Amino acid sequence: MTQTSDRARQRAQARAQERARDLSLLLGVLLALLGAVLLGLYYLALDGGAAPRLAELALARLPESGVGNPVTAVLVNYRAFDTLVELAVLLAAVLGIWSLGPAPPGFQRSGAVLAGMVSWVVPLLIVASGYMLWVGGYAPGGAFQAGALLGAAGVIVRLAGDPTAGLPAEATQRWLLVLGVLVFALVGLGLMLFGAGFLTYPPKLAKWLILLIESAATIAIAAALAAAYVGGRPAPSKAAIDDYGSDSSP
Amino acid sequence: MSQPALLLAFDAVLLATLLALALAAVLSPEPRRAVMLFIAFGLWLSLVWARLHAPDVALAEAAIGAGLGGALMLAAARRAARAARSNDDEAAG
Repeated sequence: MTQTSDRARQRAQARAQERARDLSLLLGVLLALLGAVLLGLYYLALDGGAAPRLAELALARLPESGVGNPVTAVLVNYRAFDTLVELAVLLAAVLGIWSLGPAPPGFQRSGAVLAGMVSWVVPLLIVASGYMLWVGGYAPGGAFQAGALLGAAGVIVRLAGDPTAGLPAEATQRWLLVLGVLVFALVGLGLMLFGAGFLTYPPKLAKWLILLIESAATIAIAAALAAAYVGGRPAPSKAAIDDYGSDSSP
Repeated sequence: MSQPALLLAFDAVLLATLLALALAAVLSPEPRRAVMLFIAFGLWLSLVWARLHAPDVALAEAAIGAGLGGALMLAAARRAARAARSNDDEAAG
């Protein structure tokens, strides 16, 4: 009796293995086909060079966009709506992470050497982030890079033992997280009130509106990335943080 | 060697290493190792973007793709390993 059940189990196992192998083979073939199609499309796109490209148009209208860097002009002026929705995607990602439950405990307090390094690196990252935000107006840089640097400062702070990653309490943190979408949408709606289209900046104000939006977006992106690294809803109170803060994982 | 030929050789090395890193990351059985290879891949890819005269994308790739993405995935790999270990303990105990 046990022998037959053993054999049956073995057979089931072999079948499962075969199915897994078939599935991975199928996936491989499909991915290879996708790669071939993409390669063909890229080749067609490169080959069809004679037609006018959007880049010339974008460069021609650059003086009206309020910024000197064509990439920033595309991101925050020409295609501002895309960037607004990108910020909303980041917000949705953080909502998803928060819905997974409370944040796991942080790391143990760092020793003197790491703490000393952190006290140098974090201010440096904050200054670099501000520089990146400002320089985005006329050279490579911008809100996403600046936000990533600021978020990296949060990650380092959490690695050094602060379970909140330097973020404020939950109520304030919510405002920081929605700040990017909020300011972006408010600027768009305000422009509609004054007769321009949604997110159609008047050339005189464009520079300052873009700077305002980029600053808010930087803070929101940084808060979202640091909150994602925390990996859960922040602990509700100081007492709860003290309870959590003594995990000793490496 | 003339300059274009040198640049071509540099590009060839860049591309070959990029593909090798990508394959190594995908084929690595251990999540932690795969994540580290992926971080290396991200940094290498930012070099490729810089070679393509796209410094904006290179910056974003290095900061978000390699830096923060890597940190997030390392944390996820650590949590997955811990979950697997506690599952094993439950099965054994």
